[in-house]
Amino acid sequence: MLREEDKIFKNLYGFDDWSLKGAKQREVWSNTKEIIEKGSDFIVEEIKSSQLRGRGGAGFPAGLKWSFMPKDSGKPHYLVVNADESEPGTCKDREIMRNDPHLLLEGCLVAGFAMHANACYIYIRGEYYSEASNLQKAIDEAYANNLIGKNACGTNWDYDIYLHRGAGAYICGEETALLESLEGKKGQPRLKPPFPAGAGLYGCPTTVTNVETIAVAPTIIRRGASWFNSLGRENNTGTKIFSISGHVNNPCNVEEEMGIGLKELIETHAGGVIGGWDNLLAVIPGGASVPLIPKSICDSVKMDFDSLKEVQSGLGTAAVIVMNKSTDIVDAICRLSHFYKHESCGQCTPCREGTGWMFRMMEKMVKGNAEVNDIDKLLDVTKQIEGHTICALGDAAAWPIQGLMRHFRSEVERRIKENRISEVA
Amino acid sequence: MKHPGMTNKVYNISNNVFNWSEVNFKRASEIIKKYPNSRQQSAVIPLLDLAQRQNSGWLSKTAIEKVAETLSMSYIRVLEVATFYSMFNLEPVGENFVQICRTTPCWLRGSDKLVKIAQDVSNSKLGETSNDKKFTIVEVECLGACCNAPMVQINDDYYEDLDEDNFRKILIDLKNNKSIKKGSQIGRQTSHPKRGDDA
Repeated sequence: MLREEDKIFKNLYGFDDWSLKGAKQREVWSNTKEIIEKGSDFIVEEIKSSQLRGRGGAGFPAGLKWSFMPKDSGKPHYLVVNADESEPGTCKDREIMRNDPHLLLEGCLVAGFAMHANACYIYIRGEYYSEASNLQKAIDEAYANNLIGKNACGTNWDYDIYLHRGAGAYICGEETALLESLEGKKGQPRLKPPFPAGAGLYGCPTTVTNVETIAVAPTIIRRGASWFNSLGRENNTGTKIFSISGHVNNPCNVEEEMGIGLKELIETHAGGVIGGWDNLLAVIPGGASVPLIPKSICDSVKMDFDSLKEVQSGLGTAAVIVMNKSTDIVDAICRLSHFYKHESCGQCTPCREGTGWMFRMMEKMVKGNAEVNDIDKLLDVTKQIEGHTICALGDAAAWPIQGLMRHFRSEVERRIKENRISEVA
Repeated sequence: MKHPGMTNKVYNISNNVFNWSEVNFKRASEIIKKYPNSRQQSAVIPLLDLAQRQNSGWLSKTAIEKVAETLSMSYIRVLEVATFYSMFNLEPVGENFVQICRTTPCWLRGSDKLVKIAQDVSNSKLGETSNDKKFTIVEVECLGACCNAPMVQINDDYYEDLDEDNFRKILIDLKNNKSIKKGSQIGRQTSHPKRGDDA
């Protein structure tokens, strides 16, 4: 279990004051000037050696991503913070923004400086109204205290932070769709290359990063990369906020060490599965987009990027959706198919048409109103969507169905057979 | 899923005029300043939101035209943004816009029951506005408060850790113009594991 002193988010639940006064007592903004005076190369190297991986779902090495920003492009550079938290099951960034917004703002300055950026846009999902309100108040406080703005923290570096509210579109969590949306257009992903580090917001070098990744950066530098990578294991270092939802006694967000056992995580922090561990059916371990894992795997799997990849799932955003034996597992995945159908931006044909087709097929599977060979047809369609779209939404729509059929195919077949028998009768 | 934010039709009212209120015009100018020169198109989502707030929760054709005029954009560019994003309602909505999250984490904890209660108390169907104009009830996809499931959003605020009884009470109180408590309905501190009643 993670020791109290190793926690980065000391006000995750908002028991303490979230404003600047409270943040300063938690050592936020305590030595930002010193950190910045160490230089941008030092910051990027330190993040690299901490082995921090992006917390938004893909798990790309953060330091490496930051180093892609050109040194001298002659154009303005931008840091864009992805606060469009919409992955079903995920509600961690929300807690950072409403309960410890200064942690994020300090991170924006440190990371932005490391990328040679003078401006930062925080793109927050439109539904998070009170979170945006807290964050805006924190930005105003930071300006008033000269922590950001002209000569931020007395470092001779000018830095502006702007809050931009979205308006309800899951796809805007994809980095290039987010940039399109920020430019005032429909949120439809761009073809890559060019990557945002070359041509992003307004055609200028841009890095888009998740809230949690940015918020942990100042603490990593303050306490040293070696502290951060002493937690967890090689390539899966540090701490992570886990969002535990679904059939557990005490659903909650909790910061834990990477690589904690799934069973330990659920039993220590979320009060266990409703009806006991033996009543567990399956878990979606990383937000709606990753394939589910059945109880037999949950018994021993560790919660980090590489361990979950080995069992053909993924850590994603570390949103643990727990389902016990009372769950209609086919309907649970069917609901996710509806989600992807609803959120497809409509740009690429395989995704626009495929998500609707997969949802209708999944609806039939729920009732068993299909043929047994429809299962293979459905799997074949998921394979044809996967990898054939501009962004990863097509993949994300395909994976939950593949996960369902990998582990619960017999349940789907049983429904089809029972439905056949009742039709004959 | 019927929802006034998911229609592509523009709802027409004859002789409808939309002009920025004085305070909103100032706000709009402040918002535009957040973006670099000649990039004022970036302000289209915040300005549509502002217009929707001024216009009782929905965007009329004239409101969309006003946003286009303010940002020197063509009407179609603003319209395509207004239709793309689900938070922009293109039809009038009731005083309380109740969005019930239906995605798997909320569904696992009983969001289906909330839908029935909402229809029952408001006496309206999903996606429609009640006769007394008090409620518009819609189902939406994940609102990002999964550790406090099931939950709903009513206008700007989240109401979390719901069950049949406390949700019914919220709706009845709204119907009777009583004030209601935001956030967790079981006295829980944000997404802390401890429930309020056994803390």
